Amino acid sequence: MTRPTLSHLQSLEAESIEIFREVAASFERPVMMYSIGKDSSVLLHLARKAFYPSRIPFPLLHIDTTWKFQEMIAFRNRMAKEHGFELLVHTNPEGVANNVNPFDHGSSRYTDIMKTQALRQALSAGGYDAAIGGARRDEEKSRAKERIFSHRNAQHAWDPKSQRPELWHIFNTRLAPGESMRVFPLSNWTELDIWTYIYSENIEIVPLYFARPRPVVERQGTLIMVDDSRYRLEPGERPREEIVRFRTLGCYPLTGAIRSDAGDLPSIIMEMQASRTSEREGRLIDSDQAGSMEKKKQEGYF
Amino acid sequence: MTSLAPQSAAKSALDAWLVEQTDKGLLRFLTCGSVDDGKSTLIGRLLYDSQLILDDQLASLKKESRNRTTGDEGIDFSLLVDGLTAEREQGITIDVAYRFFSTDKRKFIVADTPGHEQYTRNMATGASNADLAIVLIDARKGVLTQTRRHSFILSLIGVKHVVLAVNKIDLVDYDEAVFEKIESDYRAFAKDLGFLSLAAIPVSALKGDNMLGPSPRMPWYTGPGLVPYLETVDVGVDQSGQRFRFPVQWVNRPNLDFRGFSGTVASGEISVGDDLLVAASRKPVKVTRIVTMDGELSTALAGQAVTLVLDREVDISRGDVLARPGEVPEFSNQVQARVIWMNEEHALPGRSYLLKLGTQVVPASITALKFKTNVNTLEHSAAKVLEMNEVGTVTLATDKAIAFDPYAENATLGSFILIDRLTNATLAAGVIEFGLRRAQNLSYQSFDVNRETRALTMGQEARIVWFTGLSGSGKSTVANLLEKRLVAEGRHAYILDGDNVRHGLNKDLGFTEEDRVENIRRVAEVARLMADAGLIVLVSFISPFRNERRLAREIAGDIPFTEVYVDTPLAVCEARDPKGLYAKARRGEIKNFTGISSPYEAPERADVTLHGAAAEPVDMAETLYARLFGG
Repeated sequence: MTRPTLSHLQSLEAESIEIFREVAASFERPVMMYSIGKDSSVLLHLARKAFYPSRIPFPLLHIDTTWKFQEMIAFRNRMAKEHGFELLVHTNPEGVANNVNPFDHGSSRYTDIMKTQALRQALSAGGYDAAIGGARRDEEKSRAKERIFSHRNAQHAWDPKSQRPELWHIFNTRLAPGESMRVFPLSNWTELDIWTYIYSENIEIVPLYFARPRPVVERQGTLIMVDDSRYRLEPGERPREEIVRFRTLGCYPLTGAIRSDAGDLPSIIMEMQASRTSEREGRLIDSDQAGSMEKKKQEGYF
Repeated sequence: MTSLAPQSAAKSALDAWLVEQTDKGLLRFLTCGSVDDGKSTLIGRLLYDSQLILDDQLASLKKESRNRTTGDEGIDFSLLVDGLTAEREQGITIDVAYRFFSTDKRKFIVADTPGHEQYTRNMATGASNADLAIVLIDARKGVLTQTRRHSFILSLIGVKHVVLAVNKIDLVDYDEAVFEKIESDYRAFAKDLGFLSLAAIPVSALKGDNMLGPSPRMPWYTGPGLVPYLETVDVGVDQSGQRFRFPVQWVNRPNLDFRGFSGTVASGEISVGDDLLVAASRKPVKVTRIVTMDGELSTALAGQAVTLVLDREVDISRGDVLARPGEVPEFSNQVQARVIWMNEEHALPGRSYLLKLGTQVVPASITALKFKTNVNTLEHSAAKVLEMNEVGTVTLATDKAIAFDPYAENATLGSFILIDRLTNATLAAGVIEFGLRRAQNLSYQSFDVNRETRALTMGQEARIVWFTGLSGSGKSTVANLLEKRLVAEGRHAYILDGDNVRHGLNKDLGFTEEDRVENIRRVAEVARLMADAGLIVLVSFISPFRNERRLAREIAGDIPFTEVYVDTPLAVCEARDPKGLYAKARRGEIKNFTGISSPYEAPERADVTLHGAAAEPVDMAETLYARLFGG
């Protein structure tokens, strides 16, 4: 072809920017979910591009379960300062009062209380009519079927059977009082797209993604990093130092590390090319029960 | 820190790989066909063959595949793509699923679209962003109604490239005659559908025949396998000569010194210094800067999301379209279009919908349903309404003029959706054939004026809300608050109150049992008439007897009727006694007073019960609002 055309990543970028602008133009009170992971870093980068030279015209919301990696929190606070966005942090106060934690309550109940319930609290309290998230369709089977603009009823629940048809790039953004929209600008990105975009745009990510010596223990075949003194060790158990990294970031007691010596972006991407395990395998919450992600989504999880 | 292995090798390998990626094209395609033609199996096979199934997925897949039909690998491939629990149970795909895979030559995004008739709308969704379609046919069944319907929708949505995959060829013993008959049947049907390319390939998705390479079991087939074909088929759209179109999406105004117009270049290209016109106002402007966070551009291409800065202050907002002088889009309030109806609520000429085209949203109605198209024969027939999954050719009138192009010339400026003004459902997808210019004012087709249409012009749904409860329970207070809330939102509501009706319409009635029944009957009839006029009617009556309330509900007929019980204990009502009636009744000055000298029959199953002693009126009104009008 003689005429210049957009590359695959440029097309994805433009599509995401268009989605961001549609949210800003169509909703009264949007909010962007900020989970600090690599997808959130890409989301933040795209949001800045969408509105430049304006600032991002809505706040970023982090649901803090109090069990995130310390490095994530430090990174979050620094990003807010450097990019000048409005950062909101919410933690479920009842969960804190009852000392809900991943050890005593099991990953399923813990996630429900500290993530799903906390998210619903924050969305209801803020009266947000649109919540932007970084979910991708290639992540998981039920996500593959979700719309880019995904309708939620007044209880924040998703009804996969009555999704609005979504044609071309015409998004139906209309809502009845109390309803809201979840919006996914990264729907058409793959994990590999995310990594190559981070590399080519030089986007900063939490160092936990890079292989470093870290203190770990093994639980049911999964390597868990002991990030603070709250982690419950077996009698006589001592964390051992291993060179590991994380493919996905969440609550540290529920996030598995992988053995790897990929210490920078090119190594991560090349390692991924050769990898034979899907991304969310390191997350314990998806495999609690059959159809578990779909169930969580119907209850309001992102 | 422990020193890690040198990374420079990885970096140069990555950079080399990235260069390769840049040259790699992207093909968006969809798969469609009838129920059980094996779409999910085909996509699962594509993912498996391109080695995209990862170890952990494969392990859980093999586990789940027990007790199912599997190929030589012991895998039911459809499990890979049938994501939703309900689908796994029913064994059919009910929604669009997007899948990603790549080979050495191309990247692919696949929309797996449903074959079940009631979900045809999702197929149109998948088609709207696809370059190519794989139409699956079960070799045992041949060309079916669904095959024709889907092919017609592909043509309507403008998909230009089709692969006819004749699947389950293993189940007809790899018979060449079967394949040839299906191919010729399909070509005969599809000859008028405007496809630029059409390839027929015999495959078995389950067994892997003709997927990657030639199948030894079909020596008679000499064409390419499915994957090699998808890797090489040319679906390029020639952008040269495309007219510049820029729908303004968002006005970018960080401070008083900067005013830009953000949007995506829909077609053509634009450079700094170019002259433009605003399509609606025809005001001329010149592009002075093309702003992005990565720096300013001298030229922006189709598909790029940018922010344009113009040379002068002109009133431009979201919905405006910028184009070059001499090639502006049409600007009119009447078009002829083809629509695919996607909702159970059928299309009705005269009803007001919202039309969204690009970034423009305007009220619009169908002024004439010219004909609908039979998807099996492509023949036209007259119709009064369009039902779900039907395709019609209509004329549309918009409340104010819109900028548009025929769909064949510009997909972005030629496609639209229709939205229900009450439920906000996406009712239809449409493509504009051409604009209509008429000298006279619009002559709307006659249509029946009924309760629904009257309520729709008020932007609401008519209904009756019947409050029952003791005197002083708080019925009227709550009804008043609810009315205020509704009116504040622009809805039309009216309160029928026990006192005001008794002073006029019912002033001839006393408090005997017959009169009480007549009292209720009249109020219920008035409520019905008012609701029939399109209003939200709030009736606040003690209405102590179950039979009377049942009568009111029966009189309402098919009008939505909600019985609200304001459950406030007698002692509380008596303590409030706002009108001094309880005191009078206790002194024997009022006879047959409900709660004192006449019974109150509490509802057994009220639609809503409010606890008047426990909650503030404002909260009760809010609860009620949320239940009845909160969506």
